[in-house]
Amino acid sequence: MSAQFMQYLLTGLTVGAIYALVALGFSIIFNASHVINFAQGEFVMIGGMATVSLTGSGLPYMLAIPLAIVAAALVGLALEKFAVEPARGASVVTLIIITIGASIFLRGLAMVVWDKRLHALKPFTGDTPIAIAGAAILPQSLWVLGVTLAIVLALSWFFGRTLLGKAMLATSHNRLAAQLVGINVRMVLFLSFGLSAALGAVAGILIAPITLTSYDVGVMLGLKGFAAAILGGLGSGIGAVIGGLALGIAETMSAGYLSSAYKDAIAFVIILAVLFFMPSGLFGKRGGERV
Amino acid sequence: MLARLASPRTGGMLALAAVIALLPLVLSNKYFYDIAVLVGLNAIVCIGLNLLIGYAGQISLGHAGFFGLGAYGSAILASRYGWPPLAAMLATTFAVAALAFVVGRPILRLKGHYLAMATLGLGVIIFMVITTEDKFTGGPDGIAVVPFRIGGFVVQGERIWYWVVGALLLVAVWLALNLIESPAGRALRALHSSEIGAEVVGINAANHKVMVFVISAVFASVAGSLAAHYSGFVTPGKVTFLHSIELVTMVVFGGMASTFGAVVGAAVLTTLPQLLAVFEDYEMMVFGAVMMGTMIFLPRGVVPSLARLLQTRRQRASADGEEEGA
Repeated sequence: MSAQFMQYLLTGLTVGAIYALVALGFSIIFNASHVINFAQGEFVMIGGMATVSLTGSGLPYMLAIPLAIVAAALVGLALEKFAVEPARGASVVTLIIITIGASIFLRGLAMVVWDKRLHALKPFTGDTPIAIAGAAILPQSLWVLGVTLAIVLALSWFFGRTLLGKAMLATSHNRLAAQLVGINVRMVLFLSFGLSAALGAVAGILIAPITLTSYDVGVMLGLKGFAAAILGGLGSGIGAVIGGLALGIAETMSAGYLSSAYKDAIAFVIILAVLFFMPSGLFGKRGGERV
Repeated sequence: MLARLASPRTGGMLALAAVIALLPLVLSNKYFYDIAVLVGLNAIVCIGLNLLIGYAGQISLGHAGFFGLGAYGSAILASRYGWPPLAAMLATTFAVAALAFVVGRPILRLKGHYLAMATLGLGVIIFMVITTEDKFTGGPDGIAVVPFRIGGFVVQGERIWYWVVGALLLVAVWLALNLIESPAGRALRALHSSEIGAEVVGINAANHKVMVFVISAVFASVAGSLAAHYSGFVTPGKVTFLHSIELVTMVVFGGMASTFGAVVGAAVLTTLPQLLAVFEDYEMMVFGAVMMGTMIFLPRGVVPSLARLLQTRRQRASADGEEEGA
């Protein structure tokens, strides 16, 4: 394994972890409501930008980060209450347009509240690269990988061991049956938006020191997170994580070895290729259509 | 005779022709003509897209890609290689149709969100090829396009373009209305309600879906070619994901499965950003809010909602009349 390969692998894992967090957000909302929330990328933007402006006003990271996550979660809850809930029962296309309208609205809002410039966040713990097997890794990349791992573990505990998590899982399997055993499915839907928004915000904060942030970072990150969720199979938690990591690694490898000009296109080429042969993604449910 | 006139086909076509003929009375300057031409071009794309979304029940989040291929194909062949514009447009249209045919079959096997992802990906890939291959396309800066000419006649100026686009819009509507009433159109509507049901009665769902996908791509490509020659310049701005979304929004806003709805949607949403320019910094917020608001309150779209309102009113009126008679 050459040092160059190792370098691409580490970079790919870091980017992939961010895609995985965004993809998890897509999957959680999809499971609760069968809605694809195209505003997911905007939560990433809000997380990063809110942290930038809070630390800019003098708050330490210990306060600024939780506040930014809470802010994004509140936006997520508001989105569910005022845009998705009133349109319940609408068609897939209608819901797609509503969430895209929401993402345009949030981007416009960010442009007015903040500005159009690029912002950098300070790395959490310095920026001296650490050498691993001939490759250099930024401490911030370790933060990205560590926090993502912790979140994945926390989520699997949440969905496997807590009552609320089990209720959310039950709703995703069968909404009507969940309602019949007394689960408040509307509350599940509401909370899923808050949880997804918080996950997106975490991703946005983690990546901001590495790639900079601005009011429009959400577009590409949102689309790639969606691609990762589809790659893994919509609604599958493991699928979202593996899809995200695979996409990140494939993207970095092909940018390194093939063509860096087409770096952003590679995610979409992969997704088309996979969908041509596996129409439900890698881990998706293979259900037939019922008449 | 009267019943024929009141039918959406003949009556609607006549009404649209009348609007196109009379509109110049209120278009007082070049700027208004310019908007009218843009409305017409978007309407042509939306009529094709509506066949795919509204009638066949599929979705495409990448149609700006086909629009862009049409625009850049015409621009490159006519301006860089000196082809006659009409030949450039026809060659581009055939190439886009061939591309749509090749990718259509594997893409349209997908359903729902997976189909949305695949078409979105296709559009993004086309956008990136256009912005990256700057030797041919001029990259993000775009390229200049020669005026459209047929023989010795040059199509130039907003007023002449208005009549050209108006005439083509009528042709597009006529084609769409005829397709919908044909056996192929009925097959599309059948597979919209149930693909398996349609196959059971002998409809080849895959072939029909590919056919409508190719038709909608051709409409977008032709509109793209014309737009390039009309504005004399193309940039990747019209090939973005956002433009694909705008096109879908026009179709859904006007009303799915309504050809005239597609025209109304294109008219309203093309004019809206011009009006919103007064909001300056808040323009984006207002546009997003309008998108959300119309979809929440009029999920069926404007034209079907109005048609339903008129129908219930008419029924109520006739019910009242019967009561009085009895």
